[in-house]
Amino acid sequence: MSERVTLSRVAIHATLIILAAFFLVPLGVVALNSVRGGEEIARAGVIGLPHELRWSNFSRTWSSYCIAQHCDGIQPYFWNSVRMVIPATIISTLLGALNGYSLSLWRFRGDTVVFGIMTLGVFLPEQMRLVPWVIVLRDLGLFNTISGLVLIHTVQGISFTTLFCRNYYVSIPPDLLKAARIDGAGFFRIFWRIVLPLSPPILIVTVIWQFTGIWNEYLYGVTFSAGEQQPVTAALIALSARVSEAPQYGEQSAAVLLAAAPTLLVYLLGGRYFLRGLTAGAVK
Amino acid sequence: MSALTIRDVWKRYGTAPVLKGIDLEIDSGEFAILVGPSGCGKSTLLNIIAGLDNPGQGTIEIGGRQMNGVEAKDRDIAMVFQSYALYPSMTVRGNMTFGMECRRVPKRQQIEAVDRVAKLLQIEALLDRKPSQLSGGQRQRVAMGRALVRDPLLFLFDEPLSNLDAKLRVEMRMEIKRLHQRIGSTIVYVTHDQIEAMTLATRIAVMNHGEIQQFADPDTVYNRPANLFVARFMGAPPMNTLPAKVVSIEGQPYAELADGEIRLPLRIDASAYAGRDVVLGIRPECIAEHNRRFEDGSTLIDAPVEMTEPTGAETIVLLRLGGHEVLGRVAPDVKFKPGEIGRFALDTRKICLFDPATELLIA
Amino acid sequence: MNWRARWGRILPHLVIWPPIVVSCGYVLLFSAWTVWVSFTRSTLLPEYSWAGWRNYSTMLATRNWQIAYTNLFIYGTCFLVFTMAMGLLLAVLIDQRIRAENIYRAIFLYPLAVSFVVTGTVWGWLLNPTFGIQKLMHDAGWASFRFEWLIDRDMAIYTIVIAGVWQASGFAMALLLAGLRSVDGDLMKAAQIDGAGPVRTYLRVVFPTIGPIFIAVLVMLLQFAIKTYDLVVALTQEGPGLASTLPTVVVYDFMFQRGELGEGSAAAVMLLGSLAFVLVPYGLYRHWQRRKAEAHV
Repeated sequence: MSERVTLSRVAIHATLIILAAFFLVPLGVVALNSVRGGEEIARAGVIGLPHELRWSNFSRTWSSYCIAQHCDGIQPYFWNSVRMVIPATIISTLLGALNGYSLSLWRFRGDTVVFGIMTLGVFLPEQMRLVPWVIVLRDLGLFNTISGLVLIHTVQGISFTTLFCRNYYVSIPPDLLKAARIDGAGFFRIFWRIVLPLSPPILIVTVIWQFTGIWNEYLYGVTFSAGEQQPVTAALIALSARVSEAPQYGEQSAAVLLAAAPTLLVYLLGGRYFLRGLTAGAVK
Repeated sequence: MSALTIRDVWKRYGTAPVLKGIDLEIDSGEFAILVGPSGCGKSTLLNIIAGLDNPGQGTIEIGGRQMNGVEAKDRDIAMVFQSYALYPSMTVRGNMTFGMECRRVPKRQQIEAVDRVAKLLQIEALLDRKPSQLSGGQRQRVAMGRALVRDPLLFLFDEPLSNLDAKLRVEMRMEIKRLHQRIGSTIVYVTHDQIEAMTLATRIAVMNHGEIQQFADPDTVYNRPANLFVARFMGAPPMNTLPAKVVSIEGQPYAELADGEIRLPLRIDASAYAGRDVVLGIRPECIAEHNRRFEDGSTLIDAPVEMTEPTGAETIVLLRLGGHEVLGRVAPDVKFKPGEIGRFALDTRKICLFDPATELLIA
Repeated sequence: MNWRARWGRILPHLVIWPPIVVSCGYVLLFSAWTVWVSFTRSTLLPEYSWAGWRNYSTMLATRNWQIAYTNLFIYGTCFLVFTMAMGLLLAVLIDQRIRAENIYRAIFLYPLAVSFVVTGTVWGWLLNPTFGIQKLMHDAGWASFRFEWLIDRDMAIYTIVIAGVWQASGFAMALLLAGLRSVDGDLMKAAQIDGAGPVRTYLRVVFPTIGPIFIAVLVMLLQFAIKTYDLVVALTQEGPGLASTLPTVVVYDFMFQRGELGEGSAAAVMLLGSLAFVLVPYGLYRHWQRRKAEAHV
């Protein structure tokens, strides 16, 4: 598209810079506060430049900060999140690819119904599923464990990943499958040798979205785990809800930064896949 | 020995019939072409032969074996697709060996087969490339190589040349013909291009609306079309058709054209057809410049010229014959002006007569 | 070998059906169960005695629910309007082919990668009257600057709007940008030849063309708004009092903290109803659109 409408260049850049500032301010504030002393922040306000760099905020947050009776910093919660996110992401992505593959390329009766229910699954409010999950986890003995959360996020993730992968796989030319069938390839060989090698783009997008979504999730994390079993998002809430002691904004900011770091990192590294996921998945 | 026998095959999508009672017998070593306009059912028939689709009714026999319920991979066939359908993540070699791997052919045999076919098609240099690194013509050859490596009873081609540009299409057409002459395999080939059908086939099956209109060698299909559809479908520009009446003058049969002025001599039994209204079919190449000499003499007529289209090798002339617009083909140096009355020589030996009601060839 | 062929035929089914059944089943079962519970007299634990519509009427009568729904209305409208506007503005600006496009896009999109919890916490600090923006302004000399929305009963809900708009504008921008970019360049050229200025071109040519994407974004944002939960917990904790509560929070509150399972489930079902109110017409609209397109082919 060569002919674009030209507004005043200066106005455009000025507006963009102002807006960019609006978006960057929260991140900037947190970053700066994470190296400021807590007393300084309490005195001078949340928005300000550090007088001296307090790098120790990070190490204290990580290993000794007290959150709801436990004083091990956010380290255990961080690792809880890691142990929850990685299996859930991998399993839900793989199953999503397999499901998407069978839904798109091996038509069977009722596949539109299945597709419809999966879509419903993506939109269903979390609250509708809370209590049933409580019952299921309790019966399986997984209540208040990371494995329980992994189960929840995997099962719920399958709806999303299936939809995603299916929309991608429908664009595979049917002649390719015909040729494979004549060559004698069956269901799995076609998946393994033909479809999967074509999948890296969609798999990366799916993994990124799942990772981000599960890492950032709060409601299930706080409901189905307690104490030191909780993921890092729940820890953050517990952390800033403390009213008993004087708030330690320096360490809290460091905690926020550490909690947000993984998804931000994934975003920085895989930015365009993030975008691809948005435009592909949402406008379906 | 029949390589492929199709008996009374029907196929419906919902209530609409796509194939209606197809009967076809193709001999070993034949190059049979299914040709017809879009929607005539030719691709559906090919898919049924391949085992990718099931007939609603009827049977398929390949190499004398009943194929009902037999899956595509067990039918001893190979297929070449319009879009080539090469596996994008595998090399050329991988594409060719994939089928053999699925059938657990021993490694040594695989290597032999690939080398043999690569040499035949001259794609040895391409063996380690991926499909995305090949040109259209090269991809086409690899697709054929994948089929050849199977050494099947039957080769199925589904409009393989439609994706190529005109020049490449002509080249590949000749290669396919050469290949058939060398290997002598049985081929069933689907196309909508009747030139491909004429040049490649040993026998052509012209299809329309799910039925086979005619199944015969190219010469017969071209010169003695079974009905009006075949007559108009085959040949470019298509056969001219115009109404006429058979009259008998001094015992000689003539086709009298609509305005009563032009009479063309016929070589038919006058008595059987006298007085009948017919549709007269005459091919454009049978209407030529006045000094062309056809065997057994030619009939000369004068007709007004409406338009000319010089193509370099000849000039296509739009003229009015018996009140109807027809096309003729004259030598390139013959020039007409629009509106001029031109003199043309007609080759009346190749005239076809069709029944106006049934559209079938009657003479 | 017959058993091998048999096995080869069964195996795909064994592998695909369980995950599909589980992931479809749980959606249907869990929803059905919650709906069922909403009609029972469950309190702390599920109890299967019929309660009719009692839970629903109780819920509707509670102050929590009424405040929550009013808030949802205010929040939903503001969130939608401002996010769309911001998203559109950003999309149009970035569409101008500026050199640093990738950087700007990255800046506007990063909030999506961040948890609502983080967003809520940080904005909670920024908007805090004691040490947030108000303090900054006071220290800078502007003593009369007031920004106490966070503790103002009437304005607290708007703080959530601010945080929500901040988080979701990038999303709207990304989709609208894709839509803008999909407009046929020839249309723009024709408009230029017709003499249309930039504003008119955008308003009369570009925006109408991307109408369907507009609607899609609108629907997505609306269902975001209805499902907002983490943000409230992190930013205002429903405060002050109940001033900034939303239906989702009320559901959780009743289900878990008050031990009123039946009423909480009724609230959840009503939440689902609101969602369906938005999504079902949209789904039908898309279906109708697709039918129309196929008919013309």
